[in-house]
Amino acid sequence: MKRKLLGLTVGILAVGLIGSIALAEKLLLINGAGATFPYPLYSKWFYEYAKVDEGVNFNYQSIGSGGGIKQIMAQTVDFGASDGALTDEQLKQAPGELFHIPMTAGAVVITYNLPQISERLKFSPDVVADIFLGKIKKWNDIRISKDNPEAGLPNEDIIIAHRSDGSGTTNIFTDYLSSVSGNWKAKVGKGTSVNWPVGLGGKGNEGVTGLVKQSPGAIGYVELAYAVTNNLPYADIENKSGNFITPSIESTTAAVNGKVDSMPADFRVSLVNPDGADAYPISGFTWILVYKNQTDKIKGKKIVKFLRWAITDGQKYSEGLLYAPLPESMVKKIEERIGEINY
Amino acid sequence: MKIKFFDLGFKEAVALLALSVVALTLLLVYNMATYAMPAIQKFGLHFLSTTTWDPVKEIFGALPFIYGTIISSALALLIAVPVSLGIAIYLAELAPAWIREPLSFLIELLAAIPSVVYGLWGIFVLAPFLRQDVQPFLAKYFGFLPLFQGNFYGVGMLTAGIILSIMIIPTISSVSREVFLVVPFSQREAALALGATRWETIRLGVLKYARAGILGAVILGMGRALGETMAVTMVIGNRPEISASLFAPSYTMASVIANEFTEATGDLFLSALIEIGLVLFFVTLVLNIAARALIWQVSGKMKGEIRE
Amino acid sequence: MNIYKKRQIVNKLMCALAFLCAIFTLVPLISIFGYVLSKGITSINLDFFINLPKPVGEPGGGMGNAIVGTIILIGLSCLWAIPVGVFGGVYLAEFGNNKLAATVRFTADVLNGIPSIVIGVFAYTLFVLPMKSFSAVSGAFALGIIMIPTIMRTTEEMLRMVPRTLREAALALGISQFRMIVSIALKTALPGILTGILLAIARIAGETAPLLFTAFGNSFWHQSLGQPIAALPLQIFAYAISPFDDWHRQAWAGAFVLIFIVFLISFISRFIIGLRYKFPASR
Repeated sequence: MKRKLLGLTVGILAVGLIGSIALAEKLLLINGAGATFPYPLYSKWFYEYAKVDEGVNFNYQSIGSGGGIKQIMAQTVDFGASDGALTDEQLKQAPGELFHIPMTAGAVVITYNLPQISERLKFSPDVVADIFLGKIKKWNDIRISKDNPEAGLPNEDIIIAHRSDGSGTTNIFTDYLSSVSGNWKAKVGKGTSVNWPVGLGGKGNEGVTGLVKQSPGAIGYVELAYAVTNNLPYADIENKSGNFITPSIESTTAAVNGKVDSMPADFRVSLVNPDGADAYPISGFTWILVYKNQTDKIKGKKIVKFLRWAITDGQKYSEGLLYAPLPESMVKKIEERIGEINY
Repeated sequence: MKIKFFDLGFKEAVALLALSVVALTLLLVYNMATYAMPAIQKFGLHFLSTTTWDPVKEIFGALPFIYGTIISSALALLIAVPVSLGIAIYLAELAPAWIREPLSFLIELLAAIPSVVYGLWGIFVLAPFLRQDVQPFLAKYFGFLPLFQGNFYGVGMLTAGIILSIMIIPTISSVSREVFLVVPFSQREAALALGATRWETIRLGVLKYARAGILGAVILGMGRALGETMAVTMVIGNRPEISASLFAPSYTMASVIANEFTEATGDLFLSALIEIGLVLFFVTLVLNIAARALIWQVSGKMKGEIRE
Repeated sequence: MNIYKKRQIVNKLMCALAFLCAIFTLVPLISIFGYVLSKGITSINLDFFINLPKPVGEPGGGMGNAIVGTIILIGLSCLWAIPVGVFGGVYLAEFGNNKLAATVRFTADVLNGIPSIVIGVFAYTLFVLPMKSFSAVSGAFALGIIMIPTIMRTTEEMLRMVPRTLREAALALGISQFRMIVSIALKTALPGILTGILLAIARIAGETAPLLFTAFGNSFWHQSLGQPIAALPLQIFAYAISPFDDWHRQAWAGAFVLIFIVFLISFISRFIIGLRYKFPASR
């Protein structure tokens, strides 16, 4: 009796397996891999786009920018996504000409855990750099108080939280620190993963968020969305024009605006410390990586159509998910670039 | 004659399957070595003694990670082995009949919890508990030991060791329990006949007989501890530094690979990460040799004999 | 105090300690379960089991495809890992008196310690790169490798504990060695072997790292085993690291469902094969 039951279970499972494969709609599946930062936005886009074009399924998995770059170079996916632009050497290694299509931009904020402080703290660039270098050790250090005279900063140690995993967020943040602090550039440098002079490493944005939340006196850097959804305080940062700017969607778009005129044709540009009175200085693009010459004609056509939709109609979904929509002036340039893709 | 034929084929067939495991592992090591070659060529043996890990300047050294892996696993085993044996003894020998099945089942269920869940629980429940209640207590009364000195953050070596121990307890205790259950009654009866107490019966009649099996269970647990990534990386603080204090943050080999592999660009970086994988492989190798030697000593027989 | 009294005290102490160990282990179990449940219970509804994932803010999102995907991956992995593990263990126990077996045994123990992400990369090199596509097959390969050492070594240890007298009695009755191993030794050791298999399944059910580069994940229902496939740990991880509460709750719900699936597999297999725990009738 028991054996029959076993046989029946196995039989049902087998039929289910084969049946599910046979009955599944044979829709075109286009796979993409890469950055975790834009994942919520991309998943919204693909969901909405399915209403526009029902003949294709876009499957995007966030395995990390590095993963996205590796996979598009190995051609195991149809497009990649990255928060960090490829270097010239990396581009040379790709089997074909690889385009960077900017999709959206995001801000990296400095968040902290000081329950006794009600006002938003202000930091100037050299102060941020020296805190993370470990040179400024206490919250009531003169240099911090200078920019925050009314705050009433406590005489407590600053506990640094940084990312332990490689990440585009770290890349943007260290890019910023390198451009505002010669010390930082020489000692640590910029990258998705760096040798932090001090501090605890948390895994992922949520790891850093967790660390900051649990430790009074902690300071860390996270994507804007994490600070907002976790109700963490975040600081105003002094930008190139000397204004202390609150991180927001608007100030991020202002940062993009500050770079539009000097934008290189291949869109591989850093967004930190831009010109512009209202620009937030710690921001970055995220790109989709596609080959100029698409080998699969049908897939190529679908991808191009999606990209066009994403940088125009798609941008209206950005703000709701805390991403910065791209300004019109930039969208036009991107459209031209997309036009160069062959299929 | 039909019988003989089956016999011949059978032995070879199972041997083949067993060997395929070796072949697979060798292929794996070869694969890793190929990826790791650039780093091996660049750093040589210095890789094992350097303490810097700098992806920007491309200086990589494995020492802090080796330290972190060994200490966190040792701590985990220190906690897990006695507790697991306690559980196994209780379930196999002491517990009343009605409690045995549900309790065994529950403890095995601990093994089903995904590592990522352990990690999240660790950072949101265990770490604050340690930071607020346990670590201050340890610092106050045991602070004279270098083990419990320095700042504590909730995350760190101690937290990682505790979480690892929770993760390997199901394995060690379940396998040990099964081993105890098949110890022949005659062993226990002999001890009882000599007038032993309950505990003495267990010690003489069960534990001694099951030594080899227990060590096998411990080795399985040790393997799991050495290679565990997700849960550890969320609670260990991820700082490649060597420190005597258990409160300090640390970093394990498996964690650094898991953390940096998906985002690593740059061939030397990737190569160095895989080289860490190779180093972990060899550390596991060495530890297993040590454990084998221990089994050999303890069981006193050539491994490979079936018990009476 | 006479020695008798002392032995009694030691006895009581050790038995109490053993009991405490068992209770002590339940504390984290209940804590973790409670935590997962409290965070995820609100998201467990019918939608969760039959719907595909939806973007943040859209109601009715689910992990139906990930649930199916995990079950398929577990099934495929078991398909190749259980025979290799069990019969490998048979070899080690029955014919394992030589250097070759020692090497196999040793290799299995070392393989057990390799981080799962490295095994994932191995499967990536062997399957994904040549196929130029991620697939359920490559994921099952990676997961199977992780399962094998546990199954193999547990099988070996359990077979070893089958008394020699039992084997010799069978052989003395004239049956072939093959028959003896399968019908007598394996059958006797089966409860323990099953525990080993279930431990291995429990472990791989929750593994994320090896699937990142093999199964890859899929936001839709799978269409073939040679294409990317969704899996609960992947989906849980992707949602857990996002900033949004809605997704966080679904991640916890996913974790609960995952644990429940392993619980079901464990319960059903023990029930169907008719092996409850091999607890002695007396005592």
